[in-house]
Amino acid sequence: MLSNWFPNVIWENIWLATKETLYMTGIALLATFILGILLGLLLFLTSKGQMWENKFINVIISAVVNIFRSIPFIILIILLIPFTIFVVGSMLGAKAALPALIIGAAPFYARMVEIGLREVDKGVIEAARSMGAKTSTIIFKVLLPESMPALVSGITVTAIALIGYTAMAGAIGAGGLGDLAYKEGFQRNNNDVTMLATILILLIVFVIQFIGDYITSKLDKR
Amino acid sequence: MITLSKVSKVFSTKSVQSKPIKAVDEVNLTINKGEIFGIIGYSGAGKSTLIRMLNGLETPSSGSVVVAGNTISSIKGRNLRKARQEISMIFQHFNLLWSRTVHDNIAFPLEIAGIKKSERQKRVNELIKLVGLEGREGAYPSQLSGGQKQRVGIARALANNPKVLLCDEATSALDPQTTDSILELLVDINKRLGLTIVLITHEMHVIQKICHRVAVMEGGRIVEQGPVLDVFRNPAEQITKRFVQQVTEPEETKDTVEHLLEHYPQGKVVQLTFVGENTESPLITKLIRNFQLDVNIVQGKISQTQHGSYGTLFIHMDGSDEEITHAIEFIKEQQVGVEVMSSAE
Repeated sequence: MLSNWFPNVIWENIWLATKETLYMTGIALLATFILGILLGLLLFLTSKGQMWENKFINVIISAVVNIFRSIPFIILIILLIPFTIFVVGSMLGAKAALPALIIGAAPFYARMVEIGLREVDKGVIEAARSMGAKTSTIIFKVLLPESMPALVSGITVTAIALIGYTAMAGAIGAGGLGDLAYKEGFQRNNNDVTMLATILILLIVFVIQFIGDYITSKLDKR
Repeated sequence: MITLSKVSKVFSTKSVQSKPIKAVDEVNLTINKGEIFGIIGYSGAGKSTLIRMLNGLETPSSGSVVVAGNTISSIKGRNLRKARQEISMIFQHFNLLWSRTVHDNIAFPLEIAGIKKSERQKRVNELIKLVGLEGREGAYPSQLSGGQKQRVGIARALANNPKVLLCDEATSALDPQTTDSILELLVDINKRLGLTIVLITHEMHVIQKICHRVAVMEGGRIVEQGPVLDVFRNPAEQITKRFVQQVTEPEETKDTVEHLLEHYPQGKVVQLTFVGENTESPLITKLIRNFQLDVNIVQGKISQTQHGSYGTLFIHMDGSDEEITHAIEFIKEQQVGVEVMSSAE
């Protein structure tokens, strides 16, 4: 029945491409989450009036984040080719897409983390300080838990952007559903393959959005 | 317990033209152990900055702040954090962590102090009982009323057995009834635990209700201070008089007096001011018995303070001029303030 609708689809390839997309998105997302929170915290804590106020560091991080956030992803991949070869040792395969995916997504997420942290009630931070809390206590027991819904909804948005990036990463031979849709679908004129790849990407996006929304609403006790 | 000497705080402003703002200006203040000390002032008077210097949330530009033997104005890092555990603070907007339950909010300062989990549990339960929140341990702040939130704030502030409790407009976001219940809780804690309480407010009602002594702040300076009853009796500064009026003269009094003066061309409308014990003596009875007068009570209000009561009473006396003069003399002998009201014209 399915083969009537998608006559040109080779199911092993679809399965492989889906796995590649999930692999790239999953690993990149995890790294982005950690790196983004670190960068976001640094951006927040070194900003004016905060615990580690430091204009110099703040300006530098801010500039780096803005630059990498502004470079179109397809160009970023090309610019990062030497770096990728240095780190991964190859330019091919899903693994080779990871450095570009992480470097593209982490600054994007860092800004969202910064915004989330800014929304933490200043009074609560002041209250923690008045109790004699250390900066590390304030970070782990006040800033991160109090901004968690924003951090989760931010990573959801970032995850969906990352899926878009993985499709583009197909251009450098990273594999995945985007690559499949382009090479097997568009270039060989197999519209059914393109359509199926699109449906699968949409499905992944919906599932991620659903999980993200669910966790956010569970976390938010405001 | 608390000594401030020549404490000033200057905030530099961004623009070149405007002068730096002197939020607190050469303040000297001593607060005794076990005292409830109120600082009253309008917004911008510098009282917020002043109270934040007591736990080092602000550092003074000059002068020294000593609280419970620690020179807060000069210690830093670990010593300051340690000292802060003895100086708790509650806030106008409660500042609870929304992500934690009532129980976990109260446990937070204990976690900071590095108390073991089993002991934390015990202490939290004690505190919940102390502030009357039994059964609400598992609720999140968003599920509580304002008064309950402030109770959590108080429990949290008391967790590490502090020596001083700072109240930053702690009742300003609450309705009058809730305000009173929170104030009663503070008095109770003060008596039971012997805690020194410093509170800032713009409501004289709060001062009148729970404070032993009061300082009035204006433009960064303390313009007047003393025992609450003394300040009520003899407010020296214009601003203090205005604050005292907040609790003694309801808004409508003026209109009522005008109205009365129109209605009773005969006799006199007199304002009586009572302070301390004489509020309890039956003055009106004596007046009627001893003089040929008709006495009509127009309006009155007696306020309880921590050291006795304070009140004003408006009465209308009708009779011969001579009797009225004698009656006024008699009232003066009773240590009651008398002021004959006349029309505004």
